[in-house]
Amino acid sequence: MTAERPLLEIRNLTKHFRVGGGLFGGTAGVVRAVDGVSFVIRRGETLGLVGESGCGKTTTGRCILRLERPTSGAILFEGRDLATLNDEELRAVRRRMQVIFQDPYSSLNPRMTVGQIIAEPLAVHRIVSDPAKRGARVRELLGHVGLLPQHARRYPHQLSGGQRQRVGIARALAMEPTLIVCDEPVSALDVSIQAQIINLLEDLQREFGLTYLFVAHDLSVVRHISDRVAVMYLGKIVELADRKALYDEPLHPYTRALLSAVPIPDPELEARREHIVLGGEVPSPLNPPSGCVFHPRCPIAIDRCRAVIPELREVKPGHWAACILA
Amino acid sequence: MAVARPVDPLELETPSALGRWAAAAAEFCRQRPLGAIGAGAILFLFVVAALAPVISAYDPLAVHFDAMLARPSALHWLGTDAFGRDVLARLIYGSRTALLVGFGSAIVGAALGTILGVGSAYFGGRVDLYLQRLMDVFLSFPLIVLALALVAILGNSVPNVIAAITVPMVPRCALVIRASALSIREMPYVDAARAAGFGHARIILRHMLPNVMAPFLIMLTAFLGQAILLEASLSFLGLGVQEPTAAWGLMLRGAAVDFAEAAPWMAIFPGLAISFAVFAFNLFGDSLRDALDPKLRTQ
Repeated sequence: MTAERPLLEIRNLTKHFRVGGGLFGGTAGVVRAVDGVSFVIRRGETLGLVGESGCGKTTTGRCILRLERPTSGAILFEGRDLATLNDEELRAVRRRMQVIFQDPYSSLNPRMTVGQIIAEPLAVHRIVSDPAKRGARVRELLGHVGLLPQHARRYPHQLSGGQRQRVGIARALAMEPTLIVCDEPVSALDVSIQAQIINLLEDLQREFGLTYLFVAHDLSVVRHISDRVAVMYLGKIVELADRKALYDEPLHPYTRALLSAVPIPDPELEARREHIVLGGEVPSPLNPPSGCVFHPRCPIAIDRCRAVIPELREVKPGHWAACILA
Repeated sequence: MAVARPVDPLELETPSALGRWAAAAAEFCRQRPLGAIGAGAILFLFVVAALAPVISAYDPLAVHFDAMLARPSALHWLGTDAFGRDVLARLIYGSRTALLVGFGSAIVGAALGTILGVGSAYFGGRVDLYLQRLMDVFLSFPLIVLALALVAILGNSVPNVIAAITVPMVPRCALVIRASALSIREMPYVDAARAAGFGHARIILRHMLPNVMAPFLIMLTAFLGQAILLEASLSFLGLGVQEPTAAWGLMLRGAAVDFAEAAPWMAIFPGLAISFAVFAFNLFGDSLRDALDPKLRTQ
């Protein structure tokens, strides 16, 4: 790892949701959506965060953006803990961290034109104070994301899904951020449009030196765009490594099972290769299993897995896994 | 950039805001003829109220002691009351009172309720809890009882009657608006606004309020009919608009009760006017709700 300070550092992030009980607001249980997650994102890299639905990857992203208040743990952006910032400082930091959402249909206010949507952050944060210049900047941003100047006068419902997602990207770019949390940015799009948006994100990363936290469940997409990949299961990171290391030699049995579920677009190879099929369902985060949370479904679990909570440890240089057998 | 610029067929026709409203109105009339009838009736009421001095042959306050309790005739189309005042003239001028009180209280009530509802939903937590319990207290009173109590406290001038009708409307509206604002609050575009570091006021006013307009309009039209009915009820009970102002509820009161058999036109026509107005507003409101409800807005 380089000596340079990471752009974003997450230490032991935890987010628990209380599940309300009876009439008088008693707590029936606690959902451990994110349970002690730590990782760093280096400046200019793309960290992919993958996992099944409900594993806490989106909640992690929302905690970083301060859309959720973490239960505990620290989020250090450029070395400053977000929890210690006051409103004014937080507003300044928010300019540097932006978000692209999954659903291009509900992530744009239906009552505002594309131009208004993109111009709003420019005006509010006084990035471009002069209204005349603001129009020019909006057109410039539309150009960056491959839209036409006249799209500024449209309403979101007049655009296609891919076009809307481009508007969402332009809105994020308007703030001139350094980090963009991409929360499943292509999951709701057609495959052909997915490729366009992914290429656009890569072009923009090169052009503006952006850093991405790329949250997704599509392993092929994550493989394409990420420099490093973190795999989450039931609120915990089970494996984190460089893309190549993780896809070529996964250490954690869960990662192996995930990768084996990706079909190979060659029927003969697909028929011959070994599939790892996990039994059972993801346990409820209300009542996670003891020891390693993965042990009830793990094909190689031993007795000790039931008792010992595996730490995320550096098994090989730069390759971390949370499995006592790795 | 490697991205192909999409060709744009839509670019040629970008209809103006006015054009879109006109098109939407035409669509509404075609699909919901009953609603269009209601809208027409409301428009008729407005015209009558606006042109009252032109239409009316008589001064609604002028007493004619030579023509007391006159039957409907060519001279007095709907007859006269116990003071010889022309019933038609009082009905025409009464539409002004009805619309003033109706619109005044419905607009203020729905607007206050919307602000409380959206604020309650946006801030959530304790603010929401306390505001909603306060609303529950108001909701536990029947509409008319609360309005009666307020008029009794405030005294009965026209602004006070409007205020008395407004107060019971607020929690009813706040409840409905809060429900839809709660779902809007979870929309990603509200998250995007929060992530962009916008202030609470901007998020509520620019991002949430415009998106609860549909339920707001429906509450507004529903309240209009109710407010007119409530004003008539209050006036009938002697706690609304005071004599000699022309008001429909007031015309049903007093002498109209005494002469109900001898001069039924004194009671029948104001009653019909009230029914007509309330029916028109409800018809329009119902159709508007249906038109907006299943998110039929053209995508």
